[in-house]
Amino acid sequence: MSEVPEHLLKRAQEARDKAAAKKAAAAGGDAPAEGSADSGDSGSSSEADSRIPAHLLERSKAAKARKAGGGEEASAEGGGGTAVATKPDSAVSAGAGLPTGAGPGGHTQRLLTVVKSGSIQDIKAKPQDKVHVWPHLLVIEFVAALVCTAFVFIFSWLVNAPLLELANFNQTPNPSKAPWYFLGLQELLTMFHPMVAGVTIPGMGIFILILAPYIDKNPSNKPEDRKFAISLMTVHLMFWAVLVIIGSFFRGPGFNFTLPWIDGLFFEL
Amino acid sequence: MAKTMQGSGGIGDKWNDLKENVQGSQAWSSIFRPGSIFRKGYNDSPRNRSYVIMNSVLYHLHPVKVKRHAVKVSYTLCLGGLSFFLFILLTVTGIFLMFFYRPTAAQAWDDIYALQTSVTFGLLVRNMHRWAAHLMVLSVFLHMARVFYHGAYKAPREFNWVIGVILLTLTLLLSFTGYLLPWDQLALWAVTVGTNMMGYTPVLGSQVRFVLLGGAEIGTDTLLRWYVLHVLFFPFVTVIFMAIHFWRVRKDGGISGPL
Repeated sequence: MSEVPEHLLKRAQEARDKAAAKKAAAAGGDAPAEGSADSGDSGSSSEADSRIPAHLLERSKAAKARKAGGGEEASAEGGGGTAVATKPDSAVSAGAGLPTGAGPGGHTQRLLTVVKSGSIQDIKAKPQDKVHVWPHLLVIEFVAALVCTAFVFIFSWLVNAPLLELANFNQTPNPSKAPWYFLGLQELLTMFHPMVAGVTIPGMGIFILILAPYIDKNPSNKPEDRKFAISLMTVHLMFWAVLVIIGSFFRGPGFNFTLPWIDGLFFEL
Repeated sequence: MAKTMQGSGGIGDKWNDLKENVQGSQAWSSIFRPGSIFRKGYNDSPRNRSYVIMNSVLYHLHPVKVKRHAVKVSYTLCLGGLSFFLFILLTVTGIFLMFFYRPTAAQAWDDIYALQTSVTFGLLVRNMHRWAAHLMVLSVFLHMARVFYHGAYKAPREFNWVIGVILLTLTLLLSFTGYLLPWDQLALWAVTVGTNMMGYTPVLGSQVRFVLLGGAEIGTDTLLRWYVLHVLFFPFVTVIFMAIHFWRVRKDGGISGPL
């Protein structure tokens, strides 16, 4: 308990005093309570001081009185209030076991416990340099989206998407090429059995890619600490990039090797 | 505001009355949450800057504040965000294309041809769909490369990397299923090459190929099948994975730190 901050202890003590004062006031009518800051006040005026609306106090008082005496007293006390205030009284009186919902001094809240900061929350030791998402980030994103749209729009205005003649099963174009992102695989097809080139290698590739964070246990993200990982990834990416470029631009009829500046392009996006 | 309107006399007052009536109506306050800047007006203050995010749907995507390095342009290559934006652009243009396209071998090519020659903006929208699709494959790939080179897949972001690789695969599948739809020579033979490769899957090869093609050979059934995969199935799955991806970006502590 020694860890409870002093101001909270003080506040709790005040609340306890106030509750005691009120109890004394309720018991002895206008009798002043001892040891309280507002000891000179009568019971009704201390109620006016509290933040709780008068009709609620009235209601809780009525319920308390009813618990002590009987139903008639409650209606007599509540008679001063409005009809709205008295109506819930009868509803409460139907369920005798219901709590009145008011603590000492008519308060509806009380301090249950003080949880030290850091015990259940992750507190950042030092404050971080942060900026508001609006406007700083949203403006950048908006501009990026606009530039992207403008690029796609202008490119589409200038360059038409290919539409070759109607599909014809009896006429195989030479060469037949997959979409560009699969041309690396098609390139592998010239070197390996189709099961290896088309399924095993790409399947293993994706599998290892998924496992990358579990294989790479190095916690640092600084390039100088992760030379091996970066080299491996670069070799891997370059491997596919080179295969895709060869498959796209350097393969002609019969998927034989050609030079685009001599034989022309055999490539459609 | 009122002073500038003084010249027109009653119009300014009427405008203010109208504004108050609309902003006080039940409909207005049912649309905009308490604290929304559309309820209480906006003047530039730190509190209002927070309210813009906190009381709008953007709160699902962005926190109220981000680390300063996150908005530096050098680190904001914005490739992930652009991939998402291209996905939206592709959805919009794709819905437009669906109005003019029937996925049967007899009609598909003619529909595309008619779209290009006799539909207003048809050619432009088809071009945008095609180029944005290629661009999205590229941007997703570059996004993956950037995340790797920044070591951003490390703890606690391992699982979001896994989701990311799945999204990369889904992007390729979305692009590949769309490739067949124009039903021209390019589409038919590119897909023939691709599905022949998948037919070599160990053990299940011929079954995999049969399921993908909806028959032993590419035909009108394949077209219908790939159309449904392209416009419904893969976008649906992709949206689910994107939702998890974006959620995890925030839960794992925002975008990763500088090198």
